[in-house]
Amino acid sequence: MSREAHMLPVWFFIGALLTIYGAIILVVALVDFHHPSAVVLARFHPDLFAGVLLLAVGGLYTFWFWPGRRK
Amino acid sequence: MTLTSFAASAVFYGTDRLISLSPADVLIIVIYFVTVLGIGVYLQRYAHTSKEFFLAGREMSAWVAGLSFLSANLGALELMGWAAATYQYGILAAHFYWIAAFPSMVFLGLVMMPFYYISKTHSVPGYLQLRYGEATRALSGISFAFMTILMSGINMYAMAIVMKVVLGWNIHFSIWVSSLTVAAYVTLGGLYSAIFNEVLQFFLIWVGVLTVPILGMIEAGGWSGLVAKIHQRVHSDEYVHLWSTLGTFSGNPMGVHWTGILLGLGGVIAFGYWGTDFLVIQRAMSARDLRSAQLAPIIAAYFKMIVPLIVILPGLLGLALLPYRLVPESTPGEGLHTYNEVLPLMLARYCGPGLLGLGVTALIAGFMSGMAGNLSAFSTVWTYDIYRPYLSKMKSDAQLVTVGRWCTILGVILSIGAAYFVTQFNSIMDYMQALVSFFIAPLCATVLIGMLWKRATPKAGFWGLLAGTVSSVAMFTLVKVNHRFLAVIALSPNAKDMAENLYRALWSWLICALVTVIVSLFTTPRPDRELRGLVWGCTELSLEKSLPLWKRPVFWAAGVAILFAILQWAFW
Repeated sequence: MSREAHMLPVWFFIGALLTIYGAIILVVALVDFHHPSAVVLARFHPDLFAGVLLLAVGGLYTFWFWPGRRK
Repeated sequence: MTLTSFAASAVFYGTDRLISLSPADVLIIVIYFVTVLGIGVYLQRYAHTSKEFFLAGREMSAWVAGLSFLSANLGALELMGWAAATYQYGILAAHFYWIAAFPSMVFLGLVMMPFYYISKTHSVPGYLQLRYGEATRALSGISFAFMTILMSGINMYAMAIVMKVVLGWNIHFSIWVSSLTVAAYVTLGGLYSAIFNEVLQFFLIWVGVLTVPILGMIEAGGWSGLVAKIHQRVHSDEYVHLWSTLGTFSGNPMGVHWTGILLGLGGVIAFGYWGTDFLVIQRAMSARDLRSAQLAPIIAAYFKMIVPLIVILPGLLGLALLPYRLVPESTPGEGLHTYNEVLPLMLARYCGPGLLGLGVTALIAGFMSGMAGNLSAFSTVWTYDIYRPYLSKMKSDAQLVTVGRWCTILGVILSIGAAYFVTQFNSIMDYMQALVSFFIAPLCATVLIGMLWKRATPKAGFWGLLAGTVSSVAMFTLVKVNHRFLAVIALSPNAKDMAENLYRALWSWLICALVTVIVSLFTTPRPDRELRGLVWGCTELSLEKSLPLWKRPVFWAAGVAILFAILQWAFW
């Protein structure tokens, strides 16, 4: 069996990092929800959407490529 | 106009920082650095043999090899430089993503990759050694190593300047932290580590910058609103058309003719870069089988087609929406922003705390992926094509890996030296794009003729490559000495600097090809049996016949062609 088969897949690292980033951005978005920063279109709360999306995509990757889950 | 000239101007004139980071932004950046280092430490245990260290064990899937292939090219200089070029030239800059990608990347996958892969070589100079002999390998290996180190140093320095201008960071801090981080993870995990981090960086670049086109299009009122706003700003439609303004040199902001775009950019420069630059080809060669190696550049081509969404569109949005006009790097002034600041300015326009950290991380990730690509390619070429054949005749596999690790460290030290060298001689930075064309355009002719024409001889390969390189340098020097030669080389008195680059590449390619053919006709070719696996016509390539249609690389290449055609039609 190749070495690559024993490695954690790169997709797992990506999922984990996106999950962490999603959590950070979501927390910041919720804390600042009533006092958004003075950027253009802040009323749309893009950080909230981005945080949820990153958390969802990152979580999916992390779950799917969790070590030992896929043989 | 290049990002490097922006860097030079920043040194001379100084600029206030564009962006202030919150603690959440800093946390996101710190986590990024910890992650890439952690990946290097983790992958160290898998990089023991030379095949593992230099070619990632040749077991990467087509997706990983393809994304890494593109990510090695998608540096932050690329992101910020082409967003700036779009602000200056309009959508014409998209030619560098479309005509400069589709034909050449597909050609690499379908025609060239089988020879690189089947020959089991470790590098492009290694292929030239098998095809033409030692002299051609030495010439291309040394010029590639020289170019790679300079490019790595320039990238490093440009990143430090961008971090200084955008974030107010100290130049020395940026150079040393980024270079030591890249050195650590490439030295530990070799190409495994470089590829893993490049795929990670590819995702980060997308999620970090995607906010700008999404919110920008909402603010502009969609594509029609964007076009209307650009028209109000520049009173011209030239900025939103790809081909219809290229009938004359004076009819478009770039000052080029369609022949220059089609033959110079889409032909010589693109085929030279994608087909012969080992920096990107090394990623495809790491694939687990020939089919995956062929698919890697084709998968990358799909993503290359949509990269303008995060590069070209932000440039156009900056032109339409920023409440002030950006200025060229040559005319900075108090309170004025330059073209090259368009992407950071757009990030700062839409991204609050957290998202801004992600955007800045995307820029840092872009710089580091480019740097890691240069280092891993340098390490391989130095070890296999310079050190082993000419400096030491060692045989042991473990010794090669040790040398590869030391070469990575040597590459970092030389790159840092190059970065500081550039700080003393800023004008050199403006010549970097020309330096690339000196080596890449003629090399393209040498490799292509070698692969497709069995009559090409070893002596012809060497003399053709040398003639192409020397003629390219000569044309560049002539224009520097007397600018009137630009009209001769680019075939028009209305031609601008961009046209010179395209036509110089075209002429040097033709000169290399001509010399190669002429010398071949007067020298003795190698027998066919020595060219098996190296040349079209001497190699049996029945790779796809047993595969269902949808698994064949040519099927997916057709999809890229259709996407390309739709994009050209939509923005004609």
